[in-house]
Amino acid sequence: MADALHTLSAAELGRRLAAGTLTSRALCEALIARYQTVNDKVGAFTHLDQADVLAQADASDARRKAGQGRGPLEGIPVAIKDNIAVKGQPLTCSSKMLASLVSPYDSHVAERLRAAGAILYGRLNMDEFAMGSSTENSAIRKTFNPWDLARIPGGSSGGSAAALAAGLVPLSLGSDTGGSIRQPASHCGVVGLKPTYGLISRFGLVAFASSLDQIGPMARSIEDCELLLNALSSADARDMTCFGPSDRGLTPAGDAKKLRIGIPKGFLGKGVAPEVAAAVNAAVDFYRAQGCAISEVELPSADLAVPTYYVVATAEASSNLGRYDGVRYGHRSASAGTPVEMMTASRSEGFGPEVKRRILLGTFVLSAGYADAYYVRALRARAKIRAEYLSALAGVDVLLTPTVPTPAFKVGEKASDPLQLYLEDIFTIPANLAGLPAISVPCGKSGHLPVGFHLVGAPLSEAKLLAAGRLFEAAHGFAHQQAAL
Amino acid sequence: MSTPPSDWEVVIGLEVHVQLHTRAKVFASSPWGFGKEPNEQVDPVVLGLPGTLPVVNREAVEKSILFGLVVGASVPEHCSWDRKNYFYPDNPKNYQLTQKDFPVVVGGQVEIELPGASRNVMGEHKFIRIHHAHLEEDVGKLSHAGSGSLVDYNRAGVPLLEIVTEPDLRSSAEAEAFLRSLVAMLTQAGVADCDMEKGQLRCDCNVSIRRRGVEKLGTRTETKNLNSISSVRDTVIYETARQIRELEAGRSITQETRGWNAELARGYVLRDKEDAHDYRYFPDPDIPTLKISRETVARLAKQVPENLYDRQRRYVEKLGLPYTAASVLVNDRALAEWFEIAVAAHPTNPSGIANLVANDLLRDLAASTGTAGAFDEAAPAPVSLASCPIKPAQLAGLVKLTDDGVISKQQAKEVFTEMFKSGQDAAAIVDAKGLRQNSDTGELEKIVQEVIADPAVAKSIAEYRAGNEKAINALKGPIMKRTQGKANPVLIDQLLRKFLA
Repeated sequence: MADALHTLSAAELGRRLAAGTLTSRALCEALIARYQTVNDKVGAFTHLDQADVLAQADASDARRKAGQGRGPLEGIPVAIKDNIAVKGQPLTCSSKMLASLVSPYDSHVAERLRAAGAILYGRLNMDEFAMGSSTENSAIRKTFNPWDLARIPGGSSGGSAAALAAGLVPLSLGSDTGGSIRQPASHCGVVGLKPTYGLISRFGLVAFASSLDQIGPMARSIEDCELLLNALSSADARDMTCFGPSDRGLTPAGDAKKLRIGIPKGFLGKGVAPEVAAAVNAAVDFYRAQGCAISEVELPSADLAVPTYYVVATAEASSNLGRYDGVRYGHRSASAGTPVEMMTASRSEGFGPEVKRRILLGTFVLSAGYADAYYVRALRARAKIRAEYLSALAGVDVLLTPTVPTPAFKVGEKASDPLQLYLEDIFTIPANLAGLPAISVPCGKSGHLPVGFHLVGAPLSEAKLLAAGRLFEAAHGFAHQQAAL
Repeated sequence: MSTPPSDWEVVIGLEVHVQLHTRAKVFASSPWGFGKEPNEQVDPVVLGLPGTLPVVNREAVEKSILFGLVVGASVPEHCSWDRKNYFYPDNPKNYQLTQKDFPVVVGGQVEIELPGASRNVMGEHKFIRIHHAHLEEDVGKLSHAGSGSLVDYNRAGVPLLEIVTEPDLRSSAEAEAFLRSLVAMLTQAGVADCDMEKGQLRCDCNVSIRRRGVEKLGTRTETKNLNSISSVRDTVIYETARQIRELEAGRSITQETRGWNAELARGYVLRDKEDAHDYRYFPDPDIPTLKISRETVARLAKQVPENLYDRQRRYVEKLGLPYTAASVLVNDRALAEWFEIAVAAHPTNPSGIANLVANDLLRDLAASTGTAGAFDEAAPAPVSLASCPIKPAQLAGLVKLTDDGVISKQQAKEVFTEMFKSGQDAAAIVDAKGLRQNSDTGELEKIVQEVIADPAVAKSIAEYRAGNEKAINALKGPIMKRTQGKANPVLIDQLLRKFLA
C-alpha cells in the first residue's frame, strides 16, 4: 500500500525494492508528500532538495534495472544531520555563522552511503554546532517532539530522531558527543547507536569536541540500525583517529540470552522519574527472565563525568570553532575595520548564546594559570572514568541504565537553566569520555512520552548491543512505532 | 664590530624555521611549491573547511627524523602534536598544529667552522648543541591592498621544521658559521632546499649579554623573522651594542619580541612580555600520538650523508688536498661525490683533480648554469652537475695525461676548455689538436745539439756558462720553433743542461 510507505522499515522497503514491487522514485515521492504535510509541524528538516532526491532515486532505479544494485540500502533514503558534509548541500550546523555555506566535498559517510546506493535525503535540524539537548539552540528553526508537539525532541540530533518518529524518513544519521544521538532517540522512541570511538570516520563531520564526537545510525528498529551501521563502518585514511582495516573487527554477538548485564549502583536513584525507573526496571526483569545474569557494578567516579565532560568538550570546542571568523567562508560582519576587528564582529554576530557560553568556558579552562586546575585535571578524571568502565566491562558484557533521567520536557521549560539541561546527558556522557559503544533502545512510555534504556559495552561490542536490543525488541511492541500526526 | 667589548659576553640562541623538501603539505595531500597563483595550492583541509581533519604527512616526519640523525639527535619512540591557538587571518583554523611537549627531534649538535686568518687557513671548530626540533605547519600570507586585506593560503600547511639551539653561540661570526653549517647539512641530506628568496628558511634570534665570567644569563630579547644570514649577523651586532648601551647607562633590558628592518639596519620593538599571547596549548585530539618505529629509524640512518667536516678532514688528511680546495668541495655534496668518482678513476693525484674541479670546473659551471640567491648571500652560486658536459672519468683522464707528461699543465688548461665545450675525452682532443708532447729523447737530443751549434746563440751559451741561469731560456725558443712547440719542456731543460755542462 503506497500510502503506508512511510511506516515501513528500511529492511522491508529494501525487500520490496529488490522484489520490484516498489521503485525508489515511488518511495521518495511518497516521502516528499509526507514531508509536505508533516515537516512544518515537526520541523525536523532544515532543507530538502526534492529535485535532487528524485534524480538520485531515478539513478538508483536505473542501476537496479541494469542489475547494478549496490546492496540492501539501494534506493533507500537516509536523512543527514546538518553537521555532516554532503557535496553540494548546505552545511549550516543550524548556525547563523554557516547559514550560507554549501559543502564543496563529501564526508566519508556520505561517500559510503552513495557507494551503498542510498538516497542522500535532506538536512536535519540540530542544536547549533551540536551544543544542546533540546534542538532549541538551532538558529534555523524549532523542532518538536512528534509524540507531543509542545515538547522538545531532545538534542542535539533532534531533527534526526524527530524525522524517524514522524515517518518522514526510514533512516537518519546523527552525531553524538555526550549523548546527542541517544538522548533524542530515547525522547522520540527510536533506536540510536553511538559507535566505539574510531569505528566510523569523522572526516566531514563538523567538529564540536574531536575526542568525543562520533557519527552514528538512527532508525526505528534494531535491524535497520544495524543495516545503516554496516554501511557506514569502514576504514578511512583521512581520519587518523579512525580504526584501520585490521583493527575494526567487531566482537561477535554471541547468544543474547547469556549476556551478563551490569546495573551501575545508584544510577536509578539520581533524579530518575518514577515512570522511567519503572520502564527500565521492567527491561531488567525481562533480561533476567530470559536467562541473562544481572549484577550490580560499582562506578565510583561516575559523578565526575558531567563536570569532566564540560571541561574537555568546551576546551576542544573553543579551539575547533576558532576557524569560523568570516575570512574564508560563513558569516562576515558588515561592519568593516581591521581584519581582526572584522573577525571579532563576525563571531559576535554569527554564534548563538549557548555556543558563546561554551567557547568562553573552553577558552577559560585552557588559559594560562587555569589549564592545570581544569583541563589537565579533567583529562585525569577522564582516564579514571575510562579505566573504571573498562574494568566493569571486563566482568559484564553490557551496562544497563536509563538513557535519560526524565521524559521529554516542554519547549522553553529549561531554556533559562543550562545547568539543569546539562544533566540530561548524565547517563550518556561516560560512553563518550571512555570511547565506548552505546545504544538507546525504546522500552516503554511515561504517559504518552517514549522512554528508552541505555546499554554501554566494551570497545567494538556493537554486535552485542544490537543483539541485546533485538532480543528486547522482538518481545515488545516498540519497533517501528511512529507518532500519530 | 662583530666582537663585543671584552668585558661583555653575548649569548645567542637561534630558532630556525625550515620548509622541508616534501611533495605534499604537512597535514594535507595538497602539493606545494613556489611561484603559483594565490590560493592555487589549497584544498578543503588546507583551508580548514568545516569537517576536515589533518593527516600527518609521513614524508615530512621522515625528513625531520633524518635531520635528527644528521645532527646526532636521539629519535624519540613517540611524538605528538599540539594546538597553538591564536586569531589571525593568515591562520586558516585559527590554531597552528605544532609540537610542544613531544617533538620529533631531541638533542643533537652541529659542528661549525669559524673563518680562519685567511682564505687558505682553516679556522676554529666548535659544536653547537640543538635543544630540539619540532614539525609544524606554516601559515598563509596576508597583504594589504587599498582599503582591504588579501590572504594567500598557498604557504599555509607547508611543513616547517623549527630547529631550536641551546644558547651556545657567542658572536655574530659564530651565528653566521652555524647557519652556514646547518644549511649545508639540511641541503646535503635532502631535508630542505633552504632557498631564502623563496622564504624557505627564517630565523628567530635570541640575544642577551652578561659580564664575562658571570654564569647567570642576562634578560634576552627575541628578534623575529630574519630571512638571511646577513640579517642574523646584523641583528646580533645591533642588539649586542644596544644592550651594552642600555646596561652601561644604568638601565635594564626588557624581555621583548623585536623585529628587524634590513633596509634601515635597525631593530624595533614588536611587543613586550605583557602583550605576550596566551596560546592555550593542548594536545591535538585529531592526531593520535605517533609511534616512530626503530625500523624506520634504521632505514633513514642509511640515508645520512657523510658529515661536512668529517669529509673535509678526510680530504685534507687522507687525500692530501689543500684546505682551500677541500673546503670548497665539501660545501656541495654532489660536487664532492663527483670529485670522488674522478679520484677513483685516477687515484694517484687527488690534489690535481681537486684543483681542476674547485677552480676551472666550478668557474665554467657557474658561468653556464649558476643562479645566485641562497639564504647565505656570501655562498657561491649553486651549480648544476646534471648538465655538466665533462664526466668525472674524463676529468681524471685529463689529469692522468698531464701526470704522464703527455701534455703540459699549460696545455691541460686548453684541453679542459675544449672538453667543457665539446664533452670529448681529453686524449681525443690532444690527438685532434696534435698537442701530444714530443718526448722522444733521441730526436730531441739531435735538435738540441743542432741549436747549440748555431752561432746565433753562442752569446747566450757563454753567459749561461758564466753563471747566468736565465740565459739558458734563450736556447729553448729555437728548439720549440723547430718542434712546432711540441717538445716536452722538462726534457729539453734536462738535455740543454746535460750538453752545456
